[in-house]
Amino acid sequence: MPAKSHRVLPGFGLALGYTLVYLSLLILLPLGGMILKTAELGFGQIMDIALGERSLAAFRVTFGASLLAAMINAFFGLIVAWILVRYSFPGKRFIDALVDLPFALPTAVAGITLATLYAGNGWLGRWIEPLGFKVAYTPWGIVVALTFVTLPFVVRTLQPVIEDIETEVEEAAASLGASRWQTFARVVFPALFPALLTGFALAFARAIGEFGSVIFIAGNIPLVSEILPLLIISKLEQYDVLGATALATVMLAISFVLLLSINLLQWWTANRHRNREPLEAAAGKAAAGLQ
Amino acid sequence: MKSLSRSLSTFLLGMLATVALADVTLLNTSYDVARDVYKDYNPLFQKYWKAKTGETIEIKQSHGGSSKQVRAVADGLEADVVTMNQANDIEFLADKGLVAKDWAKKFPNSASPYTSAMVFIVRKGNPKGIKDWNDLAAPGTQIIIPHPKNTGNGRNTYLSAWAWALKQPGGNDQMAQEFLGKLLKNAPLFAAGGRDATTTFMQRRMGDVLITFESEAEMIAKEFGKGEFEVVYPSLTMQTEFPVAVVEKVVDKKGTRTQAQAYLEYLWSKEGQENAAQNYLRPRDAELLKKYSASFPAVKTFTVDEVFGGASKAFATHFKDGGTFDQIYAQK
Repeated sequence: MPAKSHRVLPGFGLALGYTLVYLSLLILLPLGGMILKTAELGFGQIMDIALGERSLAAFRVTFGASLLAAMINAFFGLIVAWILVRYSFPGKRFIDALVDLPFALPTAVAGITLATLYAGNGWLGRWIEPLGFKVAYTPWGIVVALTFVTLPFVVRTLQPVIEDIETEVEEAAASLGASRWQTFARVVFPALFPALLTGFALAFARAIGEFGSVIFIAGNIPLVSEILPLLIISKLEQYDVLGATALATVMLAISFVLLLSINLLQWWTANRHRNREPLEAAAGKAAAGLQ
Repeated sequence: MKSLSRSLSTFLLGMLATVALADVTLLNTSYDVARDVYKDYNPLFQKYWKAKTGETIEIKQSHGGSSKQVRAVADGLEADVVTMNQANDIEFLADKGLVAKDWAKKFPNSASPYTSAMVFIVRKGNPKGIKDWNDLAAPGTQIIIPHPKNTGNGRNTYLSAWAWALKQPGGNDQMAQEFLGKLLKNAPLFAAGGRDATTTFMQRRMGDVLITFESEAEMIAKEFGKGEFEVVYPSLTMQTEFPVAVVEKVVDKKGTRTQAQAYLEYLWSKEGQENAAQNYLRPRDAELLKKYSASFPAVKTFTVDEVFGGASKAFATHFKDGGTFDQIYAQK
């Protein structure tokens, strides 16, 4: 029988109890209330609401734009995080602080600013619209707003992980003959991938629920640029609280499934990576295997 | 830092002072752009009430999207009075039993102390020659309006165009719906709200015409200058109402019925009416309307009750899920 493990800091029971109460109050209670309210409707009615032409279009727009925004941020966020950790250059601290700005700014302000910027006479819009790129008041505007709002997630999740990968690892890979691409693809990237997925999932989840910034730049045309949160507001505007909660519940269910699968994928890759071999060995192997 | 903490403590003291001095506190829950009207009205009423009864009254204001405000009241926000910009919002409170069923008869003029009208705002010189609703549906014209399903301003525009179409030779509901379809095709976007539509039109220079409240035109003049735009009055437009009601449940509980009733009644006094006129809302008082006729040109209007049989009915037919607005977009 294993001995009771000894910890330096006591209080597991208390902390767990606190965690459960805290999460219940903050997350489970409101969500439970929402689901309970939705249960007043039959399954058929919920599906009717979710599968209407307008709702389906809004589902496509919302999840599509969120996915795209999260992907854009996964790519560029990785670059930003890498630059901020690995290099020092004048103004680095300033740029580092800039990354958090989308969190601090009220989303409505962000939306109005972006709409003004990308409108036909805006600083950016006046250059790109003649080229045939309409951003403001099209679904692309939604992508721009969501990319802006979710920028910090990927950068901030990646930064500490990149700090953990010592430059020696890359040097080892290089000295063992790995090309630059091999060093990145087989040594650095696998170590970053779980964190990248986490950042991606956070950005994606945040984007799905985003309302304040999108509403000012989307154009809100039915079947084209209406997002799901707008349809929920629209139902509330009709005092149709049930319909609104039903839509919200379906949205939540889809988000939950997507996030769960991202988490599973992340857990799987992290495990695979950990069980396989330590970084240094990977560096050597990458170099050896590809000589 | 020091001055900050000083101003903060002054502020807190001030708050304490008002709380301590006021005998009664009223909460007026109102729609979003009513700030100016009631900011000017409250001191008038406070003065009047003090002179009449010797009682010091404090009035708190809460502003927000009209239906959001009403939901807050239904969910327990202790508002003594509601001053809204759509009758169906007050109907909702009446259905919930918070407001008297016959609230519209408790005050004169269907309980709406002042009105406004939906007008067109066009660019200087009216380059597209926009005169009436049919010009808005013409190919190549772009209209800027807030979302007709989700905003009062957008709904008023929609209903105004519908009523106009009904009045045309051979006009009927089917024709009106087709007309609205053409008109809405000219909307490159639906703004998030009234002020967002104004910004889109004036600042981002989108569209040929903005449809909004007459009272908003003055706000635009203040913000962007009078020379930037022209106001066009269509041949027929909606007289928009701003209904008020006492929240029965709350005043009974707080014992503020007399004050709440007086607060709303005073809106119809000369002072209250003049304040409305100065805030570019059409007073009910005929004399004052004449006095301010420069701001309020004669225009042929209809009320929602006349053409659509009431605000709730209009809402149900046109803006509920599956209503005519949704039908127009489902046809595509």
